[in-house]
Amino acid sequence: MKNTMLIALKEFKSYLTSPMAYVIACVFLVLYGSLFIWYLEDTQYSDTSINGYLDIWGNLVLMLFAAVLAMRLIAEEKKLGTWELLLTAPLRDTEVVLGKFLGSLGMLVSMLALTLYFPLLLRVFGIPDGGPILTGYLGLFLLGATSLAIGLFASSVTSNQIVAAVVAGGMLAILYFIGIAGDAIGGAAGNILSYISLYSHFSAFVTGIIDTRAIIYFLSITALFLFLTIRSIETSRWS
Amino acid sequence: MIRVENLTKYYGEHLAVDSISFNVKKGEIVGLLGPNGAGKTTTMRILTGFMMPTSGDAWVAECNMATNSLEGRRHIGYLPEAIPLYTDVTVRSYLDFAGRLRGLDPYRIKDRIDDVVEICHLEDYIDVLIGKLSRGFRQRVGVAQAIIHEPEVMILDEPTLGIDPIQVTQTRRLIKELGQEHTILISSHILPEVSMVCDRVVIIHEGQIVAEDRIENLSTILKGSQSIRLEVRGPTSAVTRRLQRVQGISQVRYEKPYHIVECPVDQDPRSNLMTAIVQSGWTLLSMGTVDMSLEDIFLQLTGEEDFDDDEELEE
Ligand SMILES: Nc1ncnc2c1ncn2[C@@H]1O[C@H](COP(=O)(O)OP(=O)(O)OP(=O)(O)O)[C@@H](O)[C@H]1O
Ligand SMILES: [Mg+2]
Repeated sequence: MKNTMLIALKEFKSYLTSPMAYVIACVFLVLYGSLFIWYLEDTQYSDTSINGYLDIWGNLVLMLFAAVLAMRLIAEEKKLGTWELLLTAPLRDTEVVLGKFLGSLGMLVSMLALTLYFPLLLRVFGIPDGGPILTGYLGLFLLGATSLAIGLFASSVTSNQIVAAVVAGGMLAILYFIGIAGDAIGGAAGNILSYISLYSHFSAFVTGIIDTRAIIYFLSITALFLFLTIRSIETSRWS
Repeated sequence: MIRVENLTKYYGEHLAVDSISFNVKKGEIVGLLGPNGAGKTTTMRILTGFMMPTSGDAWVAECNMATNSLEGRRHIGYLPEAIPLYTDVTVRSYLDFAGRLRGLDPYRIKDRIDDVVEICHLEDYIDVLIGKLSRGFRQRVGVAQAIIHEPEVMILDEPTLGIDPIQVTQTRRLIKELGQEHTILISSHILPEVSMVCDRVVIIHEGQIVAEDRIENLSTILKGSQSIRLEVRGPTSAVTRRLQRVQGISQVRYEKPYHIVECPVDQDPRSNLMTAIVQSGWTLLSMGTVDMSLEDIFLQLTGEEDFDDDEELEE
């Protein structure tokens, strides 16, 4: 636990001291702000909700930024040579992986927290329905966490950050769009595709319902990729 | 403190370390000597728990590094070949992180940082970003990181690589000082360096141990002769003939523009050589001993012929 927190804190701090992370956070805010405003204008301000960034575009932006945040987590350490420092310290691989995940999650949650001022604006200028906003943010948190875990895994298989981001982006895109494909195909095959897709499970959160199955789904995918990351490190020790 | 038994490591099909065995006793400084690609780094990576061996065993502080790696790592201070530094933090916060990572008690960290900064002469750079340090100072931060938790065993992979001669001397002195309290395994491909700081050397080549002995005994394993390189202004063949007649000289050859003479290690014929040259009316432009290069040593130990003999001139 102590070791996990040590790594998590170090990761979180290194985001805060990197100018790149501020650029990333700013662009994220601008994009979410634009999605938010465009939706309100589209609906002539009749729907005071945050649905603007709860749709596909909002999801894609979140996944993309999670992949970019996560790409450096392990790949950069490999490039710097500090990976050898971490892996020869008296820490379990699990602690290293969890620490890195939590550190990046801290950054992503901070970025999401900054967007909370959009619903606050809604509160000031209208009477928004609180339920869908809360579940919407729960959904964003879960989708973000899952994307980070996938990004962390991608970062563990290479020492090149760009490759890590591309691999993560690819995996996320596949996991997301098979849901849309599944809906289009329909039938048993379509159902199976929807069943394993990020897209299908996210939509549950937009309506204001807390869907336990969706929560379990996101947590499982996150755990799966954290586990795969640990295995990938273990394998690298043996190869 | 360190025990290696039949250690073997394959990278895929490639055999990097081939069933090597050696020991390092408590308090010893042992050099792991070998040319590029000999398997030094691989051996150290297994000893520090970074990698698992394909077969065989490695023990550090009585811990098997394959089955009890976590406990073993607590006793090790490690300076990898590529110095593991974060470039965007200060020396202080890096050492703080390294200390905590190694499980140092938080309330002792401040004192330990002060200690290692003093030992490694980093006082003026403690609040400088690591990215702004020169290679030599980075090396010192690397060493500081390796000793901050007062490990019993230190494993240093080519600690003098890429730093200037003055700092090399300082680093060697530092290692010798550290060796009074720690057990040290240090890798190098420079023989004089190893002979300066180590009690004993293990020479490896293509993953196998070709020699292992105390420094004093190594010269007897080797051919027992040394070379002296002279630059003489005078008729080449006449100089060669004259030098051959100097007492104690076993062989003379000419490698433009130098005359290389060989003699037994226990003799110093330099004044005789000088007298001979001056008496013949020639001018001696330079004279120096030629260290047997690592390549020559391997040539001798392995009987292989495919090394090119670029010799290293000292002084
Ligand atoms: N990660 C790796 N994957 C595949 N082969 C490797 C890897 N690391 C080292 N090798 C190979 O294993 C052999 C031993 O390498 P090693 O790095 O242990 O040598 P070394 O003695 O440290 O050499 P140097 O003096 O150049 O540092 C070399 O032939 C090298 O090409
Ligand atoms: Mg090496």
